[in-house]
Amino acid sequence: MTDTTPTNSLFKISDRTKSRNAAEKRFRIYGIAAISIGLFMLLVLASTIILRGTSAFQQTFITLDVELLESKLDKKGNRNIDDIKKVSTFGYNPILVNAVKASLEKNDIQSSLKKKELSGIISKSAPSQLREYVLADVSSIGQTVEFRFLANGWIDGYLKGRYSRESVANSKFASAEQFDLIDELIKVGVVEKKFNLDFILGADASDQRPEASGIGVAMVGSFYLMLVVLLLSLPLGVAASVYLEEFAKKNLFTDLIEITISNLAAVPSIVFGILGLAVFINYVNLPQSTPIVGGLVLTLMTLPTIIISTRASLKSVPPSIRDAALGVGASKMQTVFHHVLPLAAPGIFTGTIIGMAQALGESAPLLLIGMIGYIATNMPTTIGEGLLAPNSAMPAQIYEWAKRADPAFVERAWGGIIILLIFLLTMNTMAVVLRRKFERRW
Amino acid sequence: MSTYGVLGLLFLFAIFGFFFGRIRALSSADGDIRKLHSLPQYYGLNAVFLAFFPPLLVLILWTFAQSVFVDEKIKKQLNPWVLAEQANMNLVISEVDRISDGLKVSVELGSLTYKQINSKTIDLVGIEGILESSGVFLKDIVQLPILDAARTKFYLETLGNSIRNWLVIIGSILGLVWAVVQAKLSFRARPRVEKMILLLLGAAATLAIFTSVGIVLSMLFEAIRFFGMHPWSDFFFGSTWAPSFSAGSELSILPLLWGTLYISFVALLVAVPIGLYAAIYLSEYASRSVRAFAKPLLEVLAGIPTIVYGLFALTTFGPFLRKFFGDGGFLGVEWMSDSRSVVTAGVVMGMMLIPFVSSLSDDIINAVPQSLRDGSYGLGATQSETVRSVILPAALPGIIGAILLAASRAIGETMIVVLGAGAVAKFAGNPLEALTTITTRIVSQLTGDLEFDSAETLVAFALGLTLFTITLGLNVLALYIVRRYREQYE
Repeated sequence: MTDTTPTNSLFKISDRTKSRNAAEKRFRIYGIAAISIGLFMLLVLASTIILRGTSAFQQTFITLDVELLESKLDKKGNRNIDDIKKVSTFGYNPILVNAVKASLEKNDIQSSLKKKELSGIISKSAPSQLREYVLADVSSIGQTVEFRFLANGWIDGYLKGRYSRESVANSKFASAEQFDLIDELIKVGVVEKKFNLDFILGADASDQRPEASGIGVAMVGSFYLMLVVLLLSLPLGVAASVYLEEFAKKNLFTDLIEITISNLAAVPSIVFGILGLAVFINYVNLPQSTPIVGGLVLTLMTLPTIIISTRASLKSVPPSIRDAALGVGASKMQTVFHHVLPLAAPGIFTGTIIGMAQALGESAPLLLIGMIGYIATNMPTTIGEGLLAPNSAMPAQIYEWAKRADPAFVERAWGGIIILLIFLLTMNTMAVVLRRKFERRW
Repeated sequence: MSTYGVLGLLFLFAIFGFFFGRIRALSSADGDIRKLHSLPQYYGLNAVFLAFFPPLLVLILWTFAQSVFVDEKIKKQLNPWVLAEQANMNLVISEVDRISDGLKVSVELGSLTYKQINSKTIDLVGIEGILESSGVFLKDIVQLPILDAARTKFYLETLGNSIRNWLVIIGSILGLVWAVVQAKLSFRARPRVEKMILLLLGAAATLAIFTSVGIVLSMLFEAIRFFGMHPWSDFFFGSTWAPSFSAGSELSILPLLWGTLYISFVALLVAVPIGLYAAIYLSEYASRSVRAFAKPLLEVLAGIPTIVYGLFALTTFGPFLRKFFGDGGFLGVEWMSDSRSVVTAGVVMGMMLIPFVSSLSDDIINAVPQSLRDGSYGLGATQSETVRSVILPAALPGIIGAILLAASRAIGETMIVVLGAGAVAKFAGNPLEALTTITTRIVSQLTGDLEFDSAETLVAFALGLTLFTITLGLNVLALYIVRRYREQYE
């Protein structure tokens, strides 16, 4: 009666096992795919930043011998500074045109361009550069001095491949003939691309002169923001954490504080901006667009982060340390300040650095308190001015550039991002090193 | 004396107090430190605390109360005139502020005296020239009621400030003297100082509550003013967002909410599958070295500032999408007219949220006890079957919590949508079209050149309050779910 032919054999994999194994394999592939997509996105982002940003650090320069004509700059010829000051930047234009012409002659280049087009290859900031030089050194009038000017943003764009002869066919800012001239000038070494330190250290410029704008002033603004955040959030955060972790009794009030802190950590950053606008600017009447207001807002934003990490590092100090200190007669307060806090310090500093890195990259609250839209052209000279004079900040400056129409500013925005990310990377590396070096395992 | 001067004096007194207290305590013990109850510096610190903090508190509270009081007084004084002239109260007040500041500067420069201002011997003709010479330039000619109000303000403020300064200085000296007198052998200085330190620590901890209350109140007051100007029914149930400079703006949150939710949905559609599968792979399959390499790299995505993502959406990802779906693109369709769109912002935001979902889910999956896995393997389940039918159901509440937290992040995100989502407020379904969000509108209403007291500006506060409520609700719900789940296995 028994059927001896086996339906299943261990040597033959059944269909069901096959499909189960296939499902297993698929599942594994989904996982690998998910991670690959995530890493791919990171790669795309990183390569975009590098590809589009690095060119911002180079700028096209034109080197010219400029004859500072006495007949134009000092008609009376008596080198009186007040008379020379009367010559506006506009009066320096003819000198520039002459300089370009002289350079063409010297290098034996023919050009059919008109005066305006000739001087159009040079940045609009060149006349004021000349004027500043002359006013600083009146005796230079009448001499021939070598200058290195920034090239106009369009010329720079041509060298960096943003514009071609076809794309400027209908443009009123640049022409194919100008590009021809530039090609000639590159051959003789008058025009060249060089590293541009002014992008890193300089001030922002108006939207007519992308080539002259830099992120330096915004960097100083960010520095003052971080100064305010550090000076306020570190002591306040540590004090609050010490209270909650070491002294507070468990009751309704401390529960309420704990809940608010964990909720504040998840409040959208723009809401902090609204708070800053309504309270610090409209109510307390602090000046708009200033690092002090920005710093206060960012402090409130980073406090929860710092409190959470400080409490974690206080918790990691073993109770035996406290017991030992109390045992030899220290008071509770002395135990905390002399023993627990120093042992928790590396963790606290790590948390603070990470919180500050977050604050450094934050831009949404700065939008609302007016740090965006403000053109940062003046470098603050004193600490008071640094805190109380309107300024921009690095992410705010990047946003400002991204908003402007000229593609030359987009390049600068990416360049600014590289600088911002270098700062963030340094801070985070510092945090990791600090943790590795000083972390104790109890 | 200026406020900074008073603060400087307080610092000075505090430093004096430290040395006096210390020296007096030591001398009362004939220089023998063992006879003292506390260490000498505690006697000094006691003086520092008494001479510095109570007067500082008085200084802050007085300044605050005074500004409220003076404002009320000025408004009361100006009210009849403003009503009669139908002027804008806020403009008038700011004019008063400018003139009274000008009076202050003039007194400092010496071109006016207190007597002249208080006895009203200056008149309209003289005042303008004087103010101008002290650097205050007036838009219109000064009117008498405004000048009078400025005079009152100046008078009240100078009087109030000098009373305050004397009060603070005398208080500080009294505290200093008291502490120094107390600094004797038998005085228990350490418990007193520690009590005061504890008070300061507690005050720092309550700052979190003040911040939250500040957030809610600052938005609530302005939102109430908004609802006084604009019907609440239109805000919550209207269908159009169309702010206009003249009267008759339609300001409804619904189209904005639609845009916000749509973009957040797209973001979650990207972030949740990728993040979840990444978390499963990392916690269940990956070798130690793969995990050590991939996990921190994925988390880098969360550390990149949002402005970077915004710029990436606007200048790279948007134009890339347009190459396919835009006019003259590879696909030959015209679905995308602008590089800013729901998909542009949503996908880029999804990138940012991947590590958010993955690291939270990773923690939760790791918290599932090993015994559950072992039981499943024992019954012959494959690894993927174990994940699907044992681990995921066990971790589900936690994962939902993680997704809710990510959603709250997406709804409150600002920079990506400001740069990548566009400004069109409507109920559109095409994901390749531009839509706007709540956060974008908050930014544009508050950074424009609109008058601050118009409904068009104040609506931002109502929007902010709604946003705050939504994200708070999501967070509380998520934390509640995560916490309840954690308790199950502990």
